[in-house]
Amino acid sequence: MIVFLIKRLANAVLVMLAVALLAFLIFRFAGDPVELMANEQMSQADRIELREKLGLNDSFLTQYGRFVVNAARGDFGISYRNGQDVMTLIAERFPATMELALVATILSLLIGIPLGVVTAIHRGRWYSEGLQFVSIIGVSLPSFVVGILLILVFAVTLGLVPAFGRGDVVQLGWWSTGLLTASGRASLLLPSLALALYQITLVMRLVRAEMMEVLRSDFVKFARARGVPRRRIYFRHALRNCLMPVVTMTAMNFGSLIAFALITETVFQWPGMGMLFIQAVTFLDMPVMAGYLCIVSFIFVTLNTLVDIAYAVIDPRLRDATR
Amino acid sequence: MKLRKHLLAGLAFAFLATTASAETLRWGSPRDIYSLDPYSYGSTSNLAFLNHVYEGLTRYTPEFKVEPALATSWEMVKDNVWRFHLRKGVKFQNGADFTADDVVASMARVSHPTSPLRGNIPAYVSTTKVDDYTVDIEVNSPNPLFLNDMTNIFMFDKDWLVDNKSELPTDVGAKVEGYATHNTNGTGPFKLESRVPDSKTVLVKNDGWWDTPKHNLDRIEFMPITSAATRVAALLSGEIDLTDGAPVQDLERLKSSPDIKVIERTDLRTVHMVFNRHETFADGRENFFNNIKVRQAIDHAIDRQLIFKRVMRGKSHVAGTMVAPEIPGYSAELDVPTSYDPELSKKLLEEAGAVGKEFTLVCMNDESVNEEDVCSALVSMLSRIGLKPTLDIGPRAVQAPKRAGGKSDAYMIGWANEPTLDAYSILVQVLSTREGAAGVANYGGWSYPQLDAMVKKAALEMDHDRRLAIETEALKFAKDEVIMIPLHQQPMAWAMSKNVTDVTIRADNKPRHWLTRIGD
Amino acid sequence: MTDHVQPTTPPRQPSRLARWRQSDLWWSFTHKPSAIVGAVMLTFLIVTAFSAPLIAPQNPFDPAQLELWNSELPPIWEADGQWPYVLGTDTQGRDMLSAILYGSRISILIGVASVMLSLAVGLSLGLIAGYFGRFIDNLLMRIGDVLLSIPTILIAILVSAVARQMLPPELRDVGAAAVLVLAITLSAWVQYARTVRAQTIVERGKEYVQAARLLKTPARRIMLKHILPNTLTPIMVAATLNFGMAILTEATLSFLGIGMPPSQPSLGTLIRLGNQFLFSGVWWVVLFPVIQLCLLVVSVNLLGDWLRDALNPKLR
Repeated sequence: MIVFLIKRLANAVLVMLAVALLAFLIFRFAGDPVELMANEQMSQADRIELREKLGLNDSFLTQYGRFVVNAARGDFGISYRNGQDVMTLIAERFPATMELALVATILSLLIGIPLGVVTAIHRGRWYSEGLQFVSIIGVSLPSFVVGILLILVFAVTLGLVPAFGRGDVVQLGWWSTGLLTASGRASLLLPSLALALYQITLVMRLVRAEMMEVLRSDFVKFARARGVPRRRIYFRHALRNCLMPVVTMTAMNFGSLIAFALITETVFQWPGMGMLFIQAVTFLDMPVMAGYLCIVSFIFVTLNTLVDIAYAVIDPRLRDATR
Repeated sequence: MKLRKHLLAGLAFAFLATTASAETLRWGSPRDIYSLDPYSYGSTSNLAFLNHVYEGLTRYTPEFKVEPALATSWEMVKDNVWRFHLRKGVKFQNGADFTADDVVASMARVSHPTSPLRGNIPAYVSTTKVDDYTVDIEVNSPNPLFLNDMTNIFMFDKDWLVDNKSELPTDVGAKVEGYATHNTNGTGPFKLESRVPDSKTVLVKNDGWWDTPKHNLDRIEFMPITSAATRVAALLSGEIDLTDGAPVQDLERLKSSPDIKVIERTDLRTVHMVFNRHETFADGRENFFNNIKVRQAIDHAIDRQLIFKRVMRGKSHVAGTMVAPEIPGYSAELDVPTSYDPELSKKLLEEAGAVGKEFTLVCMNDESVNEEDVCSALVSMLSRIGLKPTLDIGPRAVQAPKRAGGKSDAYMIGWANEPTLDAYSILVQVLSTREGAAGVANYGGWSYPQLDAMVKKAALEMDHDRRLAIETEALKFAKDEVIMIPLHQQPMAWAMSKNVTDVTIRADNKPRHWLTRIGD
Repeated sequence: MTDHVQPTTPPRQPSRLARWRQSDLWWSFTHKPSAIVGAVMLTFLIVTAFSAPLIAPQNPFDPAQLELWNSELPPIWEADGQWPYVLGTDTQGRDMLSAILYGSRISILIGVASVMLSLAVGLSLGLIAGYFGRFIDNLLMRIGDVLLSIPTILIAILVSAVARQMLPPELRDVGAAAVLVLAITLSAWVQYARTVRAQTIVERGKEYVQAARLLKTPARRIMLKHILPNTLTPIMVAATLNFGMAILTEATLSFLGIGMPPSQPSLGTLIRLGNQFLFSGVWWVVLFPVIQLCLLVVSVNLLGDWLRDALNPKLR
């Protein structure tokens, strides 16, 4: 078990080092940092001095090493665009994205699981086939289109909820939350729904597939034969059996959800990490891009590693299968 | 399903209930400010916002005349020295007194070689303290326009700068944040409460302001909303009270709403198409723009009326000269737009041997009004006379360095003559040969000694009318040489809820919410 | 309904067509209305998109053809509609129908190209990794791990933003499509490689491969002739679904302004441009591209969904 743990963690560290390399390459070679930093009136001598000061004349490995050490301490330098510390900028936006992604996850489970159960139990009925069809449309709609449509209908035409932003937020230590104010909650509704839509269809399809498989299994047939009530079979036995893969998928997808949030955030002007990143992309603000990449990948890798380890704890056979 | 409906309705109700506070101005702007440090970025909109917190020695009246602000009076004590008498009893928002030391420290900071605002005071030489409430500022020419430039140079508290190690402008290379990037300490009508970049910046009333406030605002919530459609949606649904960037294409829709009023006029900013004028293009190709016939051909190929009607929805002022009618130095005789004559253009191109020539037009999609559509229209019109233009469009941050580096074949430039508000601004900064403080925005790299001589003469001319006459003459020269092609003064439009009872909108398109009133 | 179809080959050996018609796949296709709808729709969209130069009234990529006088005309059935602008024109006088047809062509081409490229890369690397094992396997799979630990959309955005910046300006328009293909491929090949690798490891141990090896058949031949065909079923499903994803990714990048430039608008670019005019009463500039994009992706996904169910008996 300990060997497995060490191997898994070493793997995660290796992946993070590679991600850091990618981030470093972007920061260092996509456009000349001096040109991007310098203001239009800076003289040539000043530029050369700036280059020296930034350590851009050191060897590649030295620069990469420095980048990794600094990144591990959460130091990604300062933003070219507004001169702020990148880590502070990202930390400020982190709660907004986190709340959005968490609420979207909860929504996807709350809506996806019941739909999955219904379509599995009532397979072949018109409404479950219809739901299957709708779910395909759900995965096919680009999330920016969903966002635009939701804004158009619920914010502009019906005027029920705000069209942009986070509403009023309350500061709890360094965490800013919109969940404690009415306008904060109202603002959260549309973006989280837009973000959740894709996830809802995934959960629904997974639950349906798993349910159908469990329902064919011997123990369900046996239970049926013994006259256990249907409802009890569905919810006590079958559903419980397919929750594990759903939880796994939800955990593993959380990282992509955070990444996908950048589209939702752009459409809804949601002041999260994703909007920060997109702004950084359009302004070629390399330190912010590099920092965001590292942090999102870190979340992603951490979650995957945790899921793997949890699985290994639950099912020892997997330890040998994973190198 | 039903439950969700209830939930929605409940939330909507709760939301509406919280928006009723009358003294808060919720202001939706097309772009965020870059920094809270007024010396960090030479952007008109950034400075206009920070003017709510910081102030200069002088300021403009509604008629754009210079009036006292932190200085109560001034005079020329020598040929090249201005003496400013400072206002007594002014306090910074941290409680410190405003004195001559603060002016000395501020001027040192703004004129430091790394300060992006250095170019805004081309005449500045040095500052000396005379006594606690008097300073002498030495300049390199007696031009009274220096007082105009000083409206945009805001005053810091010296001790605050020293305590926070911010005596120098933020150094991008130092990899440390500047304290003034996040914190403010001005003398102005409002003070900063909080700021989350790209989301919300909150200002509250400064009760200790030295001037008598005309506004009745307790609080300003400034929210950048980059998408034009979202801005309109937010205003229609009452999430914001005012926007200073209502998209021209949505004005009719906004006007038709009973709760919204729209104020529109044309801007001081003149939008031009400009040419690279170096010997060759950046990639070594022969530069055909040095042939005046090519420039004339392009001038005649642009259907300004069409752009006016379609892209600007009839709300711009079609330009025949390079400055807006409000700018001293303007002359109505010059302001006759070049005729649209594609046949003449084709003929001129043929004479110049430039048929089928390729070039790239550098445009920005976040700079002037509907620039993307204006540039597309230009490319389409120029394609039709036989040139082969391609459009290179992107955000200002990416495009501006290309333009400034002289690497683009042709580019767009908008010039509002800020903060000088005199044609001298465009003449010296854009049209003059690049040399020292002159021609800083002459990205094309042209040089007309005759024009330079006229500009120098204007700088030394102390008589107002004679100076303007020289400026007009210089503008005529620039037009005859087709150095730049003026297109229009763009429209500007503010839209607000009827609740906003009093708002001041002037041709410089700057917000002045110390003059704004709500709900009375 | 099949009476009038003449077999083209001698009757003893049933034609490919006939064999196909007797297959399970065909049976499940004819019994799945959504698959038929998807197939018909996709065929129609592809055919119209690729005949765009023939049927579109205007070439929207040629700036000399755009006439600002004709900007913002509504669709033909509205009061001010004008022939030949069936779906109206946008704010620059671009005919919407032409723009949509040409835009779909770009979207489809980028989708196809990126699926092809990731198939080529993924299949070969997967085969190599699975067949040779050891170091090369380890290396390739670690690279795959790294790529999979960065969300795909993030990779795509980074690559296209950075690559566009590094291209010289005159290549930026031409290169935009290639950059997008590359950006999408970079994360998409891993899935194929993993599938093929797993299958290859299984097949490698089987007797027929061992026998071929003993006969000194070249490795390339074993991999291509024997192992590859056995991995095609799951690959086909993945490729179809990825085609849909690729189109969506392209549209998203273009919507965010880091995809196709406005001079060669794809559907995503058209939606980005139209989105600015959401409240200006010119609804057609945004609605039609949205509908077209959704139809395209829905029809691909309907087919992919059917393929997955049909080829994966577990779910039937």
